[in-house]
Amino acid sequence: MTGTERGLVVQGLCKRYGDHAAVDGVSFTLAPGSSLAVVGESGSGKTTTVRMLVGLERPDGGSVRLDGRDRSARPRNRAERLARAREIQMVFQDPYLSLDPRVPVGACVEEVLRLHTRLDAAARRTRVADLLSRVGLGEREAAALPRRLSGGQRQRVAIARALAVEPRVLVLDEAVAALDVSIQAQILDLLATIRREAGIGYLFVTHDLAVVRHIAEQVMVLKAGRVVETGPVDRVLDTPEHPYTRLLLDSVPRRGWDPALVAHSRRAPA
Amino acid sequence: MTERNTPMGAGSPPPAGSPALEIDGLGVRLPDGKAARPILDGIDLRVLPGETVGLVGESGSGKSVACRSVLGLLPAGARTTGAVRIAGRDVLTMSRAELASVRTRQVAMVFQDPRASVNPLRRVGDFLTEGLRAAGTTAAEATARAVELLDAVGIRDAPGALRRRPHEFSGGMLQRVVIAAALAAEPALLVADEPTTALDVTTQAEIIAILTRLRAERGTGLLFVTHDLELASAVCDRVYVMYAGRIVETRGTDELFARPRHPYTAGLLASTPRIEAGAPAPRPIPGRPVSLTEAPPGCAFAARCPHAQPRCREEAPVLARYGDGLAACHRADEGIEP
Repeated sequence: MTGTERGLVVQGLCKRYGDHAAVDGVSFTLAPGSSLAVVGESGSGKTTTVRMLVGLERPDGGSVRLDGRDRSARPRNRAERLARAREIQMVFQDPYLSLDPRVPVGACVEEVLRLHTRLDAAARRTRVADLLSRVGLGEREAAALPRRLSGGQRQRVAIARALAVEPRVLVLDEAVAALDVSIQAQILDLLATIRREAGIGYLFVTHDLAVVRHIAEQVMVLKAGRVVETGPVDRVLDTPEHPYTRLLLDSVPRRGWDPALVAHSRRAPA
Repeated sequence: MTERNTPMGAGSPPPAGSPALEIDGLGVRLPDGKAARPILDGIDLRVLPGETVGLVGESGSGKSVACRSVLGLLPAGARTTGAVRIAGRDVLTMSRAELASVRTRQVAMVFQDPRASVNPLRRVGDFLTEGLRAAGTTAAEATARAVELLDAVGIRDAPGALRRRPHEFSGGMLQRVVIAAALAAEPALLVADEPTTALDVTTQAEIIAILTRLRAERGTGLLFVTHDLELASAVCDRVYVMYAGRIVETRGTDELFARPRHPYTAGLLASTPRIEAGAPAPRPIPGRPVSLTEAPPGCAFAARCPHAQPRCREEAPVLARYGDGLAACHRADEGIEP
């Protein structure tokens, strides 16, 4: 493997818990500025996969490279650990659990700048205001504690904080799943704008195939820790090749939907 | 809103074909100082036997409070007006004993999280039979019935399942157990509050298949509470849309999805991501839902509404008939461009 390939390249990623293979040989490539949806049900290994990419779990095997730099080995020092953190940032499903309840959200974004940049206090303040305004939040929200904000506003803060270090890749783990549908559409809109303007690559982990159609160019379907199908979103959703992908698609409720048919084909041997 | 205290408790049995559930002008207010507006305001809703009725709304719309009121479960210290009638009798004015009897025999409820509905220390068999035993069924009969119910919801080895405890079941399997228990007393009405939200999509399809089949076989009325419009469109005969404690629109499912009359309904439809090839990108509704600390005069949706006029911010629209349903909008007769 040469060190010149661009984007995020994951090869043969594995993670075992005891006898159970949570992730079993997952490989994919995320080109710079593109968006890949990672789809699967609970236990498919989608969250474990992305947690290994950001360094929240240590892989048992395989490699993760970003623009040719290896991320699989333990970082040698603090500077390298921080540099890796800057490259890939993560936004979780529930921002209420990932924001400190006692810190006003503006200060929470500033903390990231203090850790990762050499900006002085005045420059940091300007940058915080810039970041928050990019996600549609103003001074009033900056001074508020997380519990004073709505779910959608908290998710905007989490996105602003992730953007603060100008990452190459943003991992969004069910980042719109807990939001009301009218707010979910606002956040999807915001994410599309940010990607267009900043050219950040997205790894969009979701169980919702309808969302996949609107947020990603490529999709990877996981089942029991393995990739069962991968390809361009329109191809996979319109002409799925793997029976499990078809089952997932048939399970999406819509008008004229027949859940009994799904229940039947789920029992049938795939 | 007028205060009404007509006792509906003591009454004659309902005439045949009467609604399984009839909510009439239901208002729920928190004690003074806790909220600026009522949690529920003038809710009218009915479910006929064998009918599946959707109650759709975003967080804070009051849909969960409305559906819990059916079992007489209300927020602490809440004041109510109106009536919630099960088989013609008002649960809001019932004694504890009467309420207990309604909950064991006439109405059953399925919540989002099955683990919160079952005692983790007791065996599943105890959970399934306790209602029947309380209603006077013998132990042997109750066990036989429990096996039959577990079979009906698709649990293999039902007799073995009775001896197991909740932690030995996955979320989807446990939700089946909860549905089986809910059906044990053959209720006339089943209230399901986001019953599949916590489940995987393939499991959701199985649970919905079970609910629709049981409804068809037993003629149970089903009140289905969800935030998921696509799911509501797939399973419901009629849908009520709630916003800020009020019903803003109700009509038959096909008509509601084809020709919404309320801008909020139209906005919800446009903001829901659709999976079909070439579906337009979801279009957000600007702003956010009204919180309980806000009591805007006029229409609660006016601040987010693309069609709002000055009148909308001053005068609250009432629910009135348009087409085959009702809508609460000053401009409902003008039609909305899809």
